[in-house]
Amino acid sequence: MELICPAGTPAAFRQAVDAGAHAVYCGYRGETNARNFPGLNFSHAEMREAIAYAHARGARVLVAINTFPRAGALDLWHRAVDEAVAAGADALILADIAVLDYAARTHPAQRLHVSVQAAAANPEAVRFYVEAFGVRRVVLPRVLSVAEIAAITRAVAPCETEVFVFGGLCVMAEGRCSLSSYATGQSPNMNGVCSPAGHVAYRQDGATLVSRLGDFTINKFAEGEPAGYPTLCKGRFATPRMDGYIFEDPVSLDAAELLPALGKAGVTGLKIEGRQRGRAYVESVVRAFRAALDALEAGRPIVSPGLLSLTEGQSTTQGAYRKTWR
Amino acid sequence: MRLTLGPVLFNWAPEAWRDFHFRIADEAPVDRVIIGEVVCSKRSPFFADHLPEVAERLAAAGKEVVFASLALVTLERERRAIAELAADDAILMEANDVSTLRVLAGRPHLIGPFVNVYNEATAQWLAARGARAICLPPELPGTSIAAIAASGGVPLEVFAFGRVPLAISARCYHARVHGLHKDNCRFVCDQDPDGMGVETLDHEPFLAVNGLQTLSHRCASLIGDIPALRGMGVASLRLSPQHCDMVAVAQVFRDVADGRMEVAAGRAALAGLFPLAPFSNGFLHGRAGVAQVGTA
Repeated sequence: MELICPAGTPAAFRQAVDAGAHAVYCGYRGETNARNFPGLNFSHAEMREAIAYAHARGARVLVAINTFPRAGALDLWHRAVDEAVAAGADALILADIAVLDYAARTHPAQRLHVSVQAAAANPEAVRFYVEAFGVRRVVLPRVLSVAEIAAITRAVAPCETEVFVFGGLCVMAEGRCSLSSYATGQSPNMNGVCSPAGHVAYRQDGATLVSRLGDFTINKFAEGEPAGYPTLCKGRFATPRMDGYIFEDPVSLDAAELLPALGKAGVTGLKIEGRQRGRAYVESVVRAFRAALDALEAGRPIVSPGLLSLTEGQSTTQGAYRKTWR
Repeated sequence: MRLTLGPVLFNWAPEAWRDFHFRIADEAPVDRVIIGEVVCSKRSPFFADHLPEVAERLAAAGKEVVFASLALVTLERERRAIAELAADDAILMEANDVSTLRVLAGRPHLIGPFVNVYNEATAQWLAARGARAICLPPELPGTSIAAIAASGGVPLEVFAFGRVPLAISARCYHARVHGLHKDNCRFVCDQDPDGMGVETLDHEPFLAVNGLQTLSHRCASLIGDIPALRGMGVASLRLSPQHCDMVAVAQVFRDVADGRMEVAAGRAALAGLFPLAPFSNGFLHGRAGVAQVGTA
C-alpha cells in the first residue's frame, strides 16, 4: 500500500517526503483545488521544484485540480492541467467531468485519479470514470464501510482504490454538499473552501464563547471548554428531539487500526487529510503511519500511532468504516 | 417557461403520496412530473405498489413522467433496482448520480440536481451522451446558469421552489437524533413531512433534516426572478414538493410566468400556501443561499 500525504506549502512538502511519504498530493494557488485557503498551495515554479525534490528521493506527486470549474472560465482549469503535466506530475486528481474529459483527450498518457469530490461510491460509478476517461485510480468517499470498500475494490480492478485513513472527516458525501454556501455563499465545489475563515466570528457572551459562521451560531463553549473551528457540520444545534452534535461530534478520522483490513480489501492508496496543516503535523502523522505501514508489510504488530494530540477535538472515530456509524 | 414537479423528497405515507400525485395529474398545470425515491432506498418498498398507477394517471393527464434514481447509491439492492429500471426502454429516467449515468449512456435521459453540472463543457458532454434536459445544482449562481445556457445544446431547469437539498450522507440524522441507527431506524423520518427543523443554539431556524438528507430551513422561491431566468435561457422551473397545496403553488408559478398575476401577488400567495418558512433566492444571485435578494 502507498502512503499519500498532504502538503499545503513547499516546506510541508519536503517534510512529508523526508518523513517517508510514498506520494505527496498538493495543488496550485487559487480556485482550482479544494483547499483554496489563504497562504496555502503552490505557484507553478514551486510545483516544479517540489516534483523534482520528490522524484530525486523516490516519491511521487499527485496534483489535485479537483474543484468544479466556473462556467465560462474553464481555461483556468485547463491551464492547471497542462502545467501539472508539463511539470511531471505522476498523477492528476480530478473531479469535474469536463476537466477529466479535457485531460484525457489532451494528455492521453497522463495518469488520472478520480477525486473524492467526484463521489464515486459504487462499482458502476467507478466504471463510468474508467470507461469515459481511462482513470487509473479512484479516491473513495468517506461514506463506505470496509466491507463495501473491499467489494468495490474487487469489482473495479485493475482500477485502483484509495481511501482516507487520518484527519478531518466529512460526514456528508463529498462533492455533494452546499451547506457552506447556504450560510456563506462559498462552497467546496465552486470555491474550494468549506466554512471559510472570512465568514467566521467568535463572540464572548458572558462566560460563554460563541462561534458563528455567516449569520448563524454554530457552537457555544462554556468557560474552559476547548473551542473548535465552526465547520458547519461539526456544530451543535437544537432539534425537537435533542440538542448537540446532531451531524457529527468534533472528531477526526483515525483508521490506523484498520490498516490490516484495508490491506486485505486490496486498497492501493492510504490518504492523510490536511493540506491546511503545518509542517509539524505532517511530519508526525506521516512518520507514524509510515512506521505502521512498514510494520504491517513486515508482518509485525502495528503499534498504535498515538496521534491523539494532533486530532481535531482530540478524539477520533473510524467513521463510516464501521457500519454502526450510520 | 415550462414547469416540472420534482420528486417528493420526504417520507410521506404511501396513500398520501399516491393521492398527492393523483391530484397533481388531475389539476396541476405542470408539464413534467418526477417520481421515485431519491433520498433513502429503505423507503422505496412502501410506495412501490403505487408507482405504476401513479405513472399511468400522470401520463393519461398528459404529463411527461420521469423516474428519478437515488442520489447516493452504495448497496447491492440499490444498484440492482436502478439497473432494472434502466433496462425498461419505455421508462424515462432522471440520473442523480454518476453510476446511473453509466447505465443510461447513449439513451435519452434527464440529469437531476444531484449530478455536478457546474459548467458548459460538462453540460455539453452529458448532452452528447443522451441527456435531454439538465436540472442544475441549486447552488449555481445566475452567471453560471446564463453561461451554460448560452452554450446551447440542452434545455436547462433550475430549482425554483421548495426547501433546498444541501447535502446527502451515509448516516441517517433522523435516526441519530432519535437515538437509533440507520439499520433499525423505525422510519422515524415519517414524522416530519417537510423535514425536521434544525435550529441554532440561539433557536434561530437554520436547516431541515430528512433522513440521510439535509435541506435548508428556508424555502427557495424564484417567483420574482422568472423574467431574469427567461433572459438567461432557462427552459423550465422545478417545484419541489412540500407538504402544502402544490397544485396551488404550481398555479401561482404558471400565472406569474404567463403574466396573469403580478409578482407581488404571487409572492403573497406562496407565503400563504407555505407559511412554515420564509423564502430565499440567494444562490441565484451569487450570495449565501439563505439570502433573499429583492422584495419581489
